[in-house]
Amino acid sequence: MDTLWRLVAISISAILVQNFVLVRFLGCCPFLGVSKKINTALGMGGAVIFVMALASLLTWLVQYFLLAPLGLDYLQTIAFILVIASLVQFVEMVLIKNMPALYDSLGIYLPLITTNCAVLGVTILSQTNGYNLLESVVFATAAAVGFTLAIVLFAGIRERLEESDIPEFMKGFPIALISASLISLAFFGFQGFNL
Amino acid sequence: MNISNILIAAGVLGGLGLIFGLVLGIASKVFEVHKDERLAKIMEVLPCANCGGCGFAGCGSFAQAVIDGKAPVSSCSVGGAACAEKVSDIMGVESSFVRKTARVKCVATCNESPARYNYSGTTSCKAANRLGGGPKSCSYGCMGFGSCVSVCEFDAMHIVDGIAVVDMESCTACGKCVEACPKGLIEIVPENNKYFVACNSKDKGSDMKNTCSVGCIACKLCVKACEYDAIEVKDNLAVIDTVKCTSCGACFEKCPRKIIKEF
Repeated sequence: MDTLWRLVAISISAILVQNFVLVRFLGCCPFLGVSKKINTALGMGGAVIFVMALASLLTWLVQYFLLAPLGLDYLQTIAFILVIASLVQFVEMVLIKNMPALYDSLGIYLPLITTNCAVLGVTILSQTNGYNLLESVVFATAAAVGFTLAIVLFAGIRERLEESDIPEFMKGFPIALISASLISLAFFGFQGFNL
Repeated sequence: MNISNILIAAGVLGGLGLIFGLVLGIASKVFEVHKDERLAKIMEVLPCANCGGCGFAGCGSFAQAVIDGKAPVSSCSVGGAACAEKVSDIMGVESSFVRKTARVKCVATCNESPARYNYSGTTSCKAANRLGGGPKSCSYGCMGFGSCVSVCEFDAMHIVDGIAVVDMESCTACGKCVEACPKGLIEIVPENNKYFVACNSKDKGSDMKNTCSVGCIACKLCVKACEYDAIEVKDNLAVIDTVKCTSCGACFEKCPRKIIKEF
């Protein structure tokens, strides 16, 4: 029971209170780049969930079985990046073969997940917080769900912005950035939830 | 400074890299997507300007459409005949490129169609056209101010004797002059259609004696002469259907005003 509550607390914290994109400001690049249409945003969110969950699983195993016993904690960053990069390449190959339409719509943002600080952030944060394997994976999945929530919300707003009467110099990225900051302010309202 | 520490670290990272490399290598074979080899060959031959003139979103889409059989081999007008031939070779089909050219539907200089008023404004056809259809007596004819000349990138349009003339050798049928002409005088036709009606006037024959001494009066002698039903009179103007026309020249012989020109 305790474990379950703990997992719920970790999830809510990762999705809402400490939302990765809007509160921790990790992963802004795909957030701004893929949020033009709700469909693409959902696709991107799905890809991020898959990558984050698997990445946290693999990196936790690497840390526990390889780095910690051999005293190589200082290699954490580079080893994790190695794992994440290979994983994203693998995901790309699967997508090209099985879902070419999704691959085309994601474009360059799929390999960008590799260097995305959100994925590396999730794996390193798991280690900092001292989570065990199950907690790590749940934390990463929840973080990705939070990312998906944020990007889909933002895509909905951006689709509406397309039809709005905006001054010429604000069109495109300027108004997008300002809207993102306003949504971020809204999510800061969750601060203070100590779970 | 223990050398074994460095070795262990290097070994672990190197080992991880090797394992992942192997896994990715195997995966690339398992998840291989078969790409038609002709795609790359066609892409090499295309001009790759990604102009969209063929109607497809970029040269890559056009190449794929040709392979799928959804696009005729000669659709790329920027590449022209040379490109169409190479693409047909790769696809193993006959080349069917039809060379087109622009033609100006007016031959009336100021002798045939004198000026109605003195125009001293901007030397632009669009500007002059707004003043009651231009300074020429015939309001459908070429005013000769050269808007088409200024848009032509291939130096194929020139003003000779006050009317625009196309140099068919240089013309690539890109269509810019057609858009530039405010009277819609220029049309793109296949080069091997030898005869065409060099007039754009929708005025009735009886009105023509005041406007132009050589224009088409819609007497319909050409329509009667044509055996292929390729010429008809619409809006007091004879129009040749380039698909049905066989360039036999019967209309050319019969026209009393000699307004059907031969190329």
